[in-house]
Amino acid sequence: MLAVASGNVALVFVELGAIVLGLAMLARLSDRLDLSPIPFYLLAGLAFGEGGIAPLDLSRDFIELTAEIGIVLLLLTLGLEYSAEEMRRSLRVGMLAGVVDLGLNFTPGLAAGLVLGWGWPSAVLLGGITYISSSGVIAKVLADLGRFGNRETPTVLSILVIEDLTMAVYLPAVSVMLAGLAVGTALFSVTGAVLAAFLVLVAALRYGRVLTRLVATRSDEALLLTVLGITLVVAGLAQWAQVSAAVGAFLVGVALSGSVSQRAKTLIRPLRDLFAATFFLLFGLEINPSHLLGVAAPAAGLALVTGATKIVTGSWAARRTGVARRGRLRAGTVLMARGEFSIVIAGLGVTAAAGAGVAENLGILAAAYVLILAVMGPVVTKYSDWISDRFTHRFARLRPAGPPGVSRSPRRGP
Amino acid sequence: MAEIRQTELPGVGVRSDFVTGDGEQLGVLVHHTGRRELLIYDRDDPDACRVVVSLGEDDARTLAELLGVPHVNETLAAMQQRVRELAIDWLPVEASSPLAGRSLRGAAVHSRTGVSVVAIIRGEETVVAPGADDTLEVGDTVVAVGSTVGMKDFLDLLAG
Repeated sequence: MLAVASGNVALVFVELGAIVLGLAMLARLSDRLDLSPIPFYLLAGLAFGEGGIAPLDLSRDFIELTAEIGIVLLLLTLGLEYSAEEMRRSLRVGMLAGVVDLGLNFTPGLAAGLVLGWGWPSAVLLGGITYISSSGVIAKVLADLGRFGNRETPTVLSILVIEDLTMAVYLPAVSVMLAGLAVGTALFSVTGAVLAAFLVLVAALRYGRVLTRLVATRSDEALLLTVLGITLVVAGLAQWAQVSAAVGAFLVGVALSGSVSQRAKTLIRPLRDLFAATFFLLFGLEINPSHLLGVAAPAAGLALVTGATKIVTGSWAARRTGVARRGRLRAGTVLMARGEFSIVIAGLGVTAAAGAGVAENLGILAAAYVLILAVMGPVVTKYSDWISDRFTHRFARLRPAGPPGVSRSPRRGP
Repeated sequence: MAEIRQTELPGVGVRSDFVTGDGEQLGVLVHHTGRRELLIYDRDDPDACRVVVSLGEDDARTLAELLGVPHVNETLAAMQQRVRELAIDWLPVEASSPLAGRSLRGAAVHSRTGVSVVAIIRGEETVVAPGADDTLEVGDTVVAVGSTVGMKDFLDLLAG
């Protein structure tokens, strides 16, 4: 629209087309390498941003708007991912695993933030960044490696569902915290925001059917536009109420259920991929890569520690459901991947940076951290069985070999 | 039939699996999208799948047909053989029937003929597995199971 005003549509089209083509090439490359495209988008942003190898002068306003829509769509699809029934059941079955997950993976980030002297707001953000696994990357890995049928997979998925639910409380709390209010008011507002999100969540779980019925239509086109319209309106209202647009979009996704949510997911996905790609690109663009070296050590350390804590989380949870050694390591390693939501959380901080006392380097640390784990997670889990066998062989000499994981009933028959 | 275990996979679908007579673990994963995966578990690592076959809706139907039809035929053949001596009949209670208005106990159907009344169909309603105090009314249809000889006796009893 800015371009239209300046009568320069042609240039914007060419520029936008070039960006999208560039992203397309990266997506192609990542697909060839069986990796998530997110690190590639981030690297491209770093390369072409200020202080990068080849800084480009892009129409920022336009990219910024598409990036905002990208966040909204990312959170909408996160909300759409699981039905209310699945959330309820996962919560009942996996509550303990969810608590262990939160304790083991939020704490290292929080501690690192405090050790780096970044203060509480940045530390809480960093805790969220290290806590949340990438359901996008993990879903792709599970599909690529044919692991949906595996016995450890329900455990992995229920952990993801609970992380998803935790976000419903965490995001509004964080966005109010970042609004930069005085301590007393902030505490009050955080409680209010969390309570509001909780109420909306309960209402969504209980009365989501009403919304679903209102939205339901035979036409794909009408459904897409209705869902998109509602999401943007709710996201806007949420932003206006200082609860962050992302939270509003997430709750709309949760409230939709049944076949409508299934179809909406399929319809929204291509749009999300487009807008989310520009979001990751912009995130990279706004980071000055010259700071990259400064955060390399903490990012690598954090990646190592929180990679290990995710392995412990997954293995422990899988073990509780009677999964054998190899499966336990598969469950642990697949959870290592961090991605889109770590970047979304960091993005909240970067946007609020100056006012709310968020550390300047939070964005770049998050980028480096995600670069490492979005690549390392899928690779490690791919070789998880091999690693597991190596360790088994090494310990076999020390310990007598145990019985196989599941005893099979003897052959029946005449 | 083997025991089938069902597991829900949040955001993905529902997995059902069972152990075959030979001890092989088999499963089917039905995705929310309608796609199906046929899973054959690994004997050495029973938590993982050795073979995963992805089936579209058409493929699944084809496979089900290949597996299902011979199975149904076999079952039917076996049933007919085993059931040669068994009769199942749907019989109307006429107005002239001496059993009309009498309870099953009073009619003593089972003790006199060996036939069991498994259901009484009355208009829209069906009394499944009727008790001894349930009565037979004019216009009812009686569903009876028994030996072929017993059924002949029951027919005579019902007609009077």
